[in-house]
Amino acid sequence: MRLLKHVHNWLDERFDWAELTAPLRKKSVPVHGLSYWYFLGGITLFLFGVQICTGILLLLYYRPSASEAFESVQYIMTRVQFGWLVRSIHSWAANLMIFTAFAHMFSVLFLRAYRKPRELTWVTGMILLFLAMGFGFSGYLLPWNTLAFFATKVGTDIAGQLPVAGKWVMIFLRGGEEVTGATLTRFFGFHVAVLPGITTVLVLVHVLLVQKFGISVPPGVEERWKGAPEQAREMKFFPSFFLRELMAWYIALAVLGALAAVSPWGLGTKADPFAAAPVGIKPEWYFLFMFQSLKLIPAKVWFVDGELLGILVFGVAGLLWLLLPFFDGCKGGRGRRLIMGAGMFALGFIVAMTIYGYVAK
Amino acid sequence: METQEPPQVQPARRRVVEILLGGGLLASIVSFLYPVLRYLVPPPVPDLGGDEVVACKTGELKSNGSKIFRFGNRPALLLLTAEGEYRALSATCTHLSCTVQYRNDLHQIWCACHNGMYDLNGRNIAGPPPRPLEVFQVHVRGDEVVVSRKRGA
Repeated sequence: MRLLKHVHNWLDERFDWAELTAPLRKKSVPVHGLSYWYFLGGITLFLFGVQICTGILLLLYYRPSASEAFESVQYIMTRVQFGWLVRSIHSWAANLMIFTAFAHMFSVLFLRAYRKPRELTWVTGMILLFLAMGFGFSGYLLPWNTLAFFATKVGTDIAGQLPVAGKWVMIFLRGGEEVTGATLTRFFGFHVAVLPGITTVLVLVHVLLVQKFGISVPPGVEERWKGAPEQAREMKFFPSFFLRELMAWYIALAVLGALAAVSPWGLGTKADPFAAAPVGIKPEWYFLFMFQSLKLIPAKVWFVDGELLGILVFGVAGLLWLLLPFFDGCKGGRGRRLIMGAGMFALGFIVAMTIYGYVAK
Repeated sequence: METQEPPQVQPARRRVVEILLGGGLLASIVSFLYPVLRYLVPPPVPDLGGDEVVACKTGELKSNGSKIFRFGNRPALLLLTAEGEYRALSATCTHLSCTVQYRNDLHQIWCACHNGMYDLNGRNIAGPPPRPLEVFQVHVRGDEVVVSRKRGA
């Protein structure tokens, strides 16, 4: 304890600790019935931290080549002590992180936390969600098993359907015309260098923006508090909210540990580029709603290719979603009502299509 | 706006809470670190070569010639002396684990890294090597030169 005090004094003399930490001490979190939704962003950040740690550990044994990737993951899972646990946690945390990121996005949408002045917080958050899906897509191939091989073939082929630049994008992603060892090397590079670099910067910007604008109070609550200011409640971010957030992280960790231990992530069989695709091939659940929708669109709609139409619709929807806060203010309440309606529709559509994708043959 | 202040708690009860929280935190940190530390230690690599390996065919080596071959996971040195006798030794220098070579001009085994010298029995005779090289047994079986670990070594 005395050593801690000594270190604290040393830092204080040089950096004016009190001033440095002032924003943290000033920061507060509104307290109301919907406060629980505030934990989701923090949990997503925590899971991202878990991904960095377990990812670095996996890098110690993983070998990114078509001839060795599958064997090296097998080696991690069967020979390295606790290797099965590290890999299982990495896979489960990836899925949980995408889930909490989606939940965070929808909670921000329905609590209308994206509204002025927080438009850019929403935009950076949406880009982070797309990046997380990029992480999922690129990481899925790395064990070089049959399912991942064909999922990547289908996924990159869909990118190839884009008008004008499609072919070029596909060759860029695959490192050639076909999915080969070159694709694996590329995806490995995206997964461990390109995406983490961009994501780290964006996470910093996102958190700084949250810090800058403070935490949004839902409009309904804000209205009520305006009428009766004595009802307004808030708690200090540090330590009160932070300790609660830590508890949320503990729960997330418990769920993660339980999932990883009770249901360790499988490896499947090694990819064989010259074998037929197995029956019932499906992408990861967070791509399933798009996959299933594309399957439902007929081959030709009017004179446009069905596939192409589907991709264009999802592309435009993604872009509109990214820019969603900018429609909030238009034409009185119409923009806002439109956003809420679109949010409800998107949530219902994603849930329904995902379930349909699971039960469909 | 009002700020919720943590209520005042009696010191003794606070101490118990602190111990419980701190202990719990410490226990979880240990439970994270233990698997990670075990994970960091690479599993032992099995000695794939076994105790016996065919180093070369008879007639492959010229008199006063040598060859480096794979013995398990490590390199070994086979040499044919001017007297026509096969010798096999570990090729890993006992100083800093460089791979040694046979100098047919000196009739000695030499390590290029730090100028260590061994005689043909593997004894360290000059330079920094602290110990002799391990010597293996050589048998000629048909047209194969078979090297094996000495029993009890």
